[in-house]
Amino acid sequence: MSGDGLLVAVDSPVHRVPAQVKLVALFVFVLAVVSTPAAIFWAFGLYAVMLVAAVAVAKLPATVVSRRLAVETPFIVFALLLPFVATGPQVDVLGLHLSQSGVLGAWNVLAKGTLGVIAAILLSATTAPRDLLAGLERLRLPATLVAILSFMVRYLSVVSDDLHRMRVARESRGYTGGRVGHLKAVAGGVGALFVRSFERGERVHLAMRSRGYTGRMPLLSVSGATRAQWFEGLAISLAAVTIAVAARVVSL
Amino acid sequence: MLRFGRNKNQNERVHVPDGFFDAPTSVATGLIAAGAVGFSLQRANRELRETGPALAGLTAAFVFAVQMVNFPVGAGTSGHLLGGALAAALVGPWTAVLVMSTVLLVQGLLFADGGLTALGTNITLMGLITVLVGYFLTRALLKVLPRRVGSVVPAATVGALVSVPVAALAFTGLYSIGGAVDIPIGKLATAMVGWHVLVGIGEAVITAAVLSAVVATRPDLVYAARHLQQDLVLVDADGNTSTVSPDRPIAAKPAGRSLGVGIAVTLLVAGGLSLFASAHPDGLEFVGAKLGFEGAAKNSAVAGSPLADYGVHGIGNAQVSGALAGIIGVLVTIVVGLAIAKLASLRANKAS
Amino acid sequence: MSGPAIQVERLVFAYPDGRQALFGVDFTVERGERVALLGPNGAGKTTLVLHLNGILGSVAGGTGSGRIQIGGTGLHREHLTEIRRKVGLVFQDPDDQLFMPTVRDDVAFGPANLGLRGSELDDRVHEALVQVGMQDQADLAPHHLSFGQRRRVAVATVLAMRPEVLVLDEPSSNLDPAARRELADILAGLDVTLLMITHDLPYALQLCERSLLMDGGRIVADGKTRDLLGDADLMAAHRLELPYGFDPLSVPGPERS
Ligand SMILES: Nc1ncnc2c1ncn2[C@@H]1O[C@H](COP(=O)(O)OP(=O)(O)OP(=O)(O)O)[C@@H](O)[C@H]1O
Ligand SMILES: [Mg+2]
Repeated sequence: MSGDGLLVAVDSPVHRVPAQVKLVALFVFVLAVVSTPAAIFWAFGLYAVMLVAAVAVAKLPATVVSRRLAVETPFIVFALLLPFVATGPQVDVLGLHLSQSGVLGAWNVLAKGTLGVIAAILLSATTAPRDLLAGLERLRLPATLVAILSFMVRYLSVVSDDLHRMRVARESRGYTGGRVGHLKAVAGGVGALFVRSFERGERVHLAMRSRGYTGRMPLLSVSGATRAQWFEGLAISLAAVTIAVAARVVSL
Repeated sequence: MLRFGRNKNQNERVHVPDGFFDAPTSVATGLIAAGAVGFSLQRANRELRETGPALAGLTAAFVFAVQMVNFPVGAGTSGHLLGGALAAALVGPWTAVLVMSTVLLVQGLLFADGGLTALGTNITLMGLITVLVGYFLTRALLKVLPRRVGSVVPAATVGALVSVPVAALAFTGLYSIGGAVDIPIGKLATAMVGWHVLVGIGEAVITAAVLSAVVATRPDLVYAARHLQQDLVLVDADGNTSTVSPDRPIAAKPAGRSLGVGIAVTLLVAGGLSLFASAHPDGLEFVGAKLGFEGAAKNSAVAGSPLADYGVHGIGNAQVSGALAGIIGVLVTIVVGLAIAKLASLRANKAS
Repeated sequence: MSGPAIQVERLVFAYPDGRQALFGVDFTVERGERVALLGPNGAGKTTLVLHLNGILGSVAGGTGSGRIQIGGTGLHREHLTEIRRKVGLVFQDPDDQLFMPTVRDDVAFGPANLGLRGSELDDRVHEALVQVGMQDQADLAPHHLSFGQRRRVAVATVLAMRPEVLVLDEPSSNLDPAARRELADILAGLDVTLLMITHDLPYALQLCERSLLMDGGRIVADGKTRDLLGDADLMAAHRLELPYGFDPLSVPGPERS
């Protein structure tokens, strides 16, 4: 797993929107989606159209999006179970005895979850990790937390590589898995990985202190976003909020 | 934390997605998470100043990497680590809350894993509850176990074992408050806790194995056992020997008070959540009524297996009995855990 | 300010896990000298070097004793900032040293801590990157660089602080021959006091006229690099071996130039 996250390094209008704007936009959009009543189907159709348009403008390959959507799988399973376990009036579909609220609930989880994941992919695929950190810093996330995040992102690939090397070393010596002794080997490796990571953390801290670190990290962000950029970046989210409000009104 | 079945997918870290809970619940857990992170930042301030943010960041990278490891747990099954209790034992509870929150934040923002509106829920369940339950149980058990660094292994094992079902119970509680679909909470609680006891066993086995590897190589790194370290012997330039107490950047606080606090918190959480669990409001019936599904009569969840009957018999008020059941469940888990810890430490003593 | 660049007396240190690494170290390095620190694995070389700017040792709250002076200034808590500016430390693993999201952020980290801002900071960063020939990679993330490039950026992060004493921990390890030579060229062109830990004995001979030999937490020999490398008994006693076919007496060293 690399420290680049899902970044697709191309240039597009979406890539150019400042990270703090995209973060706020994502959050507002998802909140609008989540608060839309599940039964107002057209609202979800509109959300989907807007998202697909944004994905197209961002020049994201469909494969990236669909592969990433796989993280949803377990919840699809859960959603598909809902019609069978939920209470309330029942309907018969193709000989199956289903709960009406369960069917609606399954739709609710699937629709909102999928829209949320696609929106999050849009952010992570168009924003470099450093910009994301700078955006969080701009949004006044506590400096210590930004620092921890930044170290985590920086060393993700280093730690993953360590882990990978240890697995290769173990497997090339004949461990293939399946036995209880294997657990010991794997867990011992993970224990060693912690010691390595911890010691690296100590050394990094020493390296920082020897370059004059006294407890405050330098700022990452340089310039803020202009009003035009805010407006451009929030366009979809504001539309989503309008739709959500309309959907609420309709459902009353 | 939720794992439905197994698959070979590398990224099998399943977080609550968007839309699983309604908006008010998402916002409320978001506030809880923000409060917890803020409080932890304050509490961890001293150790972060001494050890630096890099250490927390690397621990987070470690947890992230390890969550993707398939552990063979035996009988052909494999387990995964959440790592809350393990991180708490290794770097202390407050840093661990920050570490787990960082992991979840990176998974959500960089890898689109776990919904953004569900971030608060995910942090509350996996970053806060597993860490605190795991840590306070660990410290409490260290009180009764032999005073050696090695005792941290059985203690944290129990912490890990209990932390996962408690988080599952918390999930059920949240679901009863803000779940998007009305399902019988008793059944859900039974299924969730039952399943997560199994997950917890995996978590416990892995935590034990990892911790014993760390104790074997660098016992001084285990935060929860810092106070159990031995003194150092120093030979100076002329060959004279002197004894010094070890360099303890941050000595863990004595567990006396935290023992009580830990148990109280656990019981409070479990009891409170079960109380909510038995008093589920009916969000979706509202929608159903709007849609015209009339007569959405509330079926009571009493029917079904005796297991699903999540309450204590002979007590009239359904809510009270639900809460009692939660507390009794936690107590039973703790007692079983203590017994396992005792056995484990007996075996460890015999072995050495 | 007067006094030798580095002066270490009776230095003793034990790690928090109880393992003692230094058992009374004494040595002095004059200004402008280039000194190699040799010794087998586990001799305590890295531990010693981490004392020179007060990140290990009693100043940092660790377990130990002894006295260290840098350019005549005693290593005390109140002088730590000044001494950390004077002593630039390049770590063995560049991944330990490059912790910021991009090369530019990383090189700017030290000078920014010294209080530099704006264009002054940018100039300093650019200057340091030019010194190691990495100015074109300023916006890359460290994990996108090759190992040799990372090593060079690590040197730049320290040069950006304009140190008086440059301390390097195994600078030539893991470098391919060309990168190893390029780094030697960079180091030879610097006008600073140099202390360099290395297992690469020809490298020591090429860059440093004088060498310290360390074993078991003590300095066991101190002299001309050529003499130490030529002393077969001393070398064998401390697990040091010259590369096959390498004759320290027949190779030009820094003393000739
Ligand atoms: N963080 C640490 N905690 C405990 N012991 C340590 C630590 N770092 C080093 N040591 C021990 O201190 C001793 C000296 O280690 P040091 O790293 O200084 O050796 P070195 O001369 O740099 O070796 P190498 O050539 O392998 O780099 C060794 O016995 C080592 O095991
Ligand atoms: Mg070394």
